[in-house]
Amino acid sequence: MSAGSIERPWQRWAIRIGVFIAMLILVLPGAWVVLTAFRPNIEVLARPAVWIPQNLTLHNFLGIFGRLDTQQGLPVANYFINSMVISVTSTVVAIAVGMMGGYAFARYRFRGKAALFLGFMLSRTVPGVALSLPLFILWSRLGLIDTSVGLIIVYMAVNIPFTIWLTDGFFRQIPVDLSEAAQIDGCTRWQAFWKVEFPLARSGLASAAIFAFLTSWNEYALASQLTRTTASKTMPVGLMDFTAQFTVDWTGMSAMAVLIIVPALVLTFIVQKHLIAGLTFGGVKG
Amino acid sequence: MAEVRLEKVVKRYGKLEIVHGIDLAVAHNEFVVLVGPSGCGKSTTLRMIAGLEEISGGTIRIGDRVVNELPPRSRNISMVFQSYALYPHMSVRENLGFGLKIAGQGEDEIKKRVDEAAEILGLGELLDRLPQHLSGGQRQRVAMGRAIVRHPDVFLFDEPLSNLDAKLRGQMRVEIKKLHQRVKTTVIYVTHDQVEAMTLADRIVIMRDGHVEQVGTPSEVFERPVNTFVAGFIGSPPMNLIEAVVTTGKARLADGIEVPLPPDARVSEGLPIVLGFRPESFAPRGHSLHADARALSLSRTVVIAEPLGTETILFTTLGGKDVQGKMLAPRPVSPGEQLEFTLDLDRLHVFDHASGVTLR
Repeated sequence: MSAGSIERPWQRWAIRIGVFIAMLILVLPGAWVVLTAFRPNIEVLARPAVWIPQNLTLHNFLGIFGRLDTQQGLPVANYFINSMVISVTSTVVAIAVGMMGGYAFARYRFRGKAALFLGFMLSRTVPGVALSLPLFILWSRLGLIDTSVGLIIVYMAVNIPFTIWLTDGFFRQIPVDLSEAAQIDGCTRWQAFWKVEFPLARSGLASAAIFAFLTSWNEYALASQLTRTTASKTMPVGLMDFTAQFTVDWTGMSAMAVLIIVPALVLTFIVQKHLIAGLTFGGVKG
Repeated sequence: MAEVRLEKVVKRYGKLEIVHGIDLAVAHNEFVVLVGPSGCGKSTTLRMIAGLEEISGGTIRIGDRVVNELPPRSRNISMVFQSYALYPHMSVRENLGFGLKIAGQGEDEIKKRVDEAAEILGLGELLDRLPQHLSGGQRQRVAMGRAIVRHPDVFLFDEPLSNLDAKLRGQMRVEIKKLHQRVKTTVIYVTHDQVEAMTLADRIVIMRDGHVEQVGTPSEVFERPVNTFVAGFIGSPPMNLIEAVVTTGKARLADGIEVPLPPDARVSEGLPIVLGFRPESFAPRGHSLHADARALSLSRTVVIAEPLGTETILFTTLGGKDVQGKMLAPRPVSPGEQLEFTLDLDRLHVFDHASGVTLR
């Protein structure tokens, strides 16, 4: 019996309206940013406000890339490349290390395992910003301020414990029998992992990867402290270039925000199938 | 020749010893069943033979090789798991061929052997399905197929039927037996179900608390159990075991009934013993298995009667304990009915009360 059959029509409508309002609250700010990115500055700043867009334009995007005579461009391409390099590198390393760590926690017994796992989890309880001052001092002594490597290390430290925790859960759900059956079928322990357990944990790893990527891609607080120039500034930090002492370039900022959102959206769509499978893995009996 | 020999094999987890130096020799092509209650060490023993558990002491040989240090892949064994352990992301064909692919066999050879196994087990129609689209019995067959395609020296079965319902279990038991007759290979099979053990085994190994209690053919362990544990474990319904004391060459029960002991019983006057007899040996007059046997007549009141069609299990008391008798060619019996039972004196078992060891 489906849940729908015991609902009365008015209840069904109440739920629909409730969901619609909730979605509106969630989606509206993002949608407004995207809309602003495609509207002329004059329309955005108009008083009284123009709620329904009259013109849509790519001017704002051309502007931030310096393709307009009327305005100086920003090093958006540099920021984009920095963000990509930093996010992809820290994600790949976090997944590789986190997967091995998660596998070890799920499959092996060793001394201090519980304490170590707790330690990793406790590291997640410290707000990132609280680390910014000690990190800044350490990084400045090590010469890592304003370098991609510096930020990659920070994001790895943030992402690895989370990836371990997530993948540990996924590997635990894969019966040990499968790895043992593969070993009896002639696999080495590594082959058993690679050919049997890894494909089964793929959805979990995809979830972990997207979480790690988005964490690095969207992070602002630490990046704003540890980066200075186009050598390492990421997209979210670059957004602040649009604020001057007395003005904010809302359309430019929105255009850049769209550029930040797009890769995250594309990535989410690509791994969506795995992501949903990954997030519902525990509830599905294989 | 794939003989399997266990010599003084020990398994310890830290200081806890689970398997206490067991010895066992399984002959080439023999079907041996390890049976015992949960926690007796039978699965651990099997996993040590498979190489999935390290051994803490002793020697395991497969053929003429000592395999103590060899990983599972180098032992040329196959194993069927209780959970089937089919690879969920591979089709039945890929599951069956996985081991051969890992071994580097050619496509043609893999196809030939997969088709051969599929034909033996009737999996032809299912080859392109994923395990999640198979029934329990079909998964079980695929697991067996995966074991046979590799032509291993030894098959290991770890409680393979315990996830199936009673009817399917009966069918699969027959299939396993047929399979063994067809692909003659050494089999070591673990179960806690004594019916499976009795029906499948050439020899049964009965284990308790990490020790081997008895090794023998099904009829040996049934007819000549070495102690009260084996006597009580093998047989359904189980053997009746009643405490008694030896008095003038007879067993005197708690209620004063005296039962003549077999002449070969090694007993002395006043020795506390346990008298054992199977329900088949305790039947109402005219309904027993061995009508010509020496028998003791005992008038008992039936407490419960369980009609099973071809026989009826009768519950009554003897020597102050509940006992079961088996009535062959039954007639309707009501609770409270007084019946003349005959106790087959040729099939009595006598055990030492203190140690539980047989005295015959």
